Amino acid sequence: MSQKVLDLLQAKLGSGVVETHSQFGDDTAVIEPARWREAALFLRDDPRLAMNMFVDLCAVDYLAMNVEPRFEVVCHLRSLQHAHRVRIKARVGAEDGTEAELDSLVPVWRGADWFERETFDMMGIVFRGHPDLRRILMYPEFVGHPLRKDYPADKIQPLVEFREGTQGKLAPFGPDEGMSFGRQTHDYSRGEN
Amino acid sequence: MGELSKVESRTQVLEGSEHGFATTRVDALLNWAKKYSLFQFPFVTACCGMEFMALAGPRFDMARFGAEAPRFSPRQADLLWVVGTISQRQAPALRRIYEQMADPKWVLAFGTCASSGGFYDNYTTVAGIDKIIPCDIYVPGCPPRPEGVIDGILLLQDKIARGDRTPGIVKPRTDPATDEQALVTISKKPGGRR
Repeated sequence: MSQKVLDLLQAKLGSGVVETHSQFGDDTAVIEPARWREAALFLRDDPRLAMNMFVDLCAVDYLAMNVEPRFEVVCHLRSLQHAHRVRIKARVGAEDGTEAELDSLVPVWRGADWFERETFDMMGIVFRGHPDLRRILMYPEFVGHPLRKDYPADKIQPLVEFREGTQGKLAPFGPDEGMSFGRQTHDYSRGEN
Repeated sequence: MGELSKVESRTQVLEGSEHGFATTRVDALLNWAKKYSLFQFPFVTACCGMEFMALAGPRFDMARFGAEAPRFSPRQADLLWVVGTISQRQAPALRRIYEQMADPKWVLAFGTCASSGGFYDNYTTVAGIDKIIPCDIYVPGCPPRPEGVIDGILLLQDKIARGDRTPGIVKPRTDPATDEQALVTISKKPGGRR
C-alpha cells in the first residue's frame, strides 16, 4: 500500500533500516536505535512522506523468547496529506532490562510526550531528551515497571496499609455466604509451589 | 447476615383512659431517625456509576428510602457509596474521605469491584475496599441491578435499627448455580434477524 514509504526510508538510511516487512497493507520498518530520531525527522520533513500525525507509541517485551535485544518500541505514524501510514520499530535493552534507552520523539512530534511517559512507566524504556520523563499512570512510590514480563503478576504495592484482619483477597464472608460460584476463583495456590 | 430481620418494635403505644402515651428507648428512636436520613457521599469511580444514576433517578427512586440527598462534602454525609473500581493510587483519597466523615457513618460497597476487586486481579487494583476502610454492606453484581442495591439499602437500614455493625452481603433471591430453572439460556429465535 505504501511500499513507497519503505523504499524512501531505505534509500535514505541504508543500513539504518534493519529489516522491513509489509503485511495486510501495514508496512513496518525496524530502525537502528542510534538512528531513531534521524528516521523520525526524515519521515516528518520529507515532502514525499510528510508524516505529520503521530498516532501511537508503545513497547513490547520479548523476555524468554530468545530474542536480543529484549524490548521493541513500536511507533505508528500517518500522513494526512498522502493518506499513508507506516509503523517503525526499534529494538533496545539487555536481557536484564537495563540499557533500554532510546532517543525521545518529543522534539519531532509534541504528541509523543505522554506516550513516551506511559511507555517509560509500564515498560521502563528511558527516552533520552524527553522534557519530563515521569510516571504517568502509576504513583511515584511504585517500584519497577508493571508490564515487564518479569514483574510478578500478583505483586501489589499498596499506598495505604491494609487494615488488620483482612484475609488476603477474600471478602470477610464464610463460604456459604454470597453466591455459591465465584468464590472458588481465588482459591488456587499462586506463586512458587 | 444478609437477610432482613423481623425487628420487634420497641415502641409501644399504650391506650390510656383519656390520654394515650408511648414508651420507647432513646437509642431505638435515634436509630429510627438515622436509618431514614442517610445523607450519601457518592464516591463514583467507574462504570457502576451508570447503575447508580439509574437508582437515583425516578424509576427506582432511592429517595423513597430516605437516602435521597447526595452531599458532596464528606463532612455532611452519613453513607459512603463506593461505586466502582478503586485503584491503589485512589486508596489514600478514599481513606481520607472516610476519615473526614463524621460519626455515625456507614460504607456501602457497590458492585463486585468495590467488594472484592472483581476480575482486576493485578498490580493496580485494591482487592476490595474493606482492605482499607471498614465496610457495612456489600452489593455484588457487575454492575448490581438497582433492585439489588435497594435490597442493600434495606439491609443497611435494618442493621442501623439493630445497631449491628457486622458486614452484610446482599444475597441473590435464588442462586442460579443451584437452580437449573433459573439459569439463563440463550436461544436464537428461528428466522429472526441477527
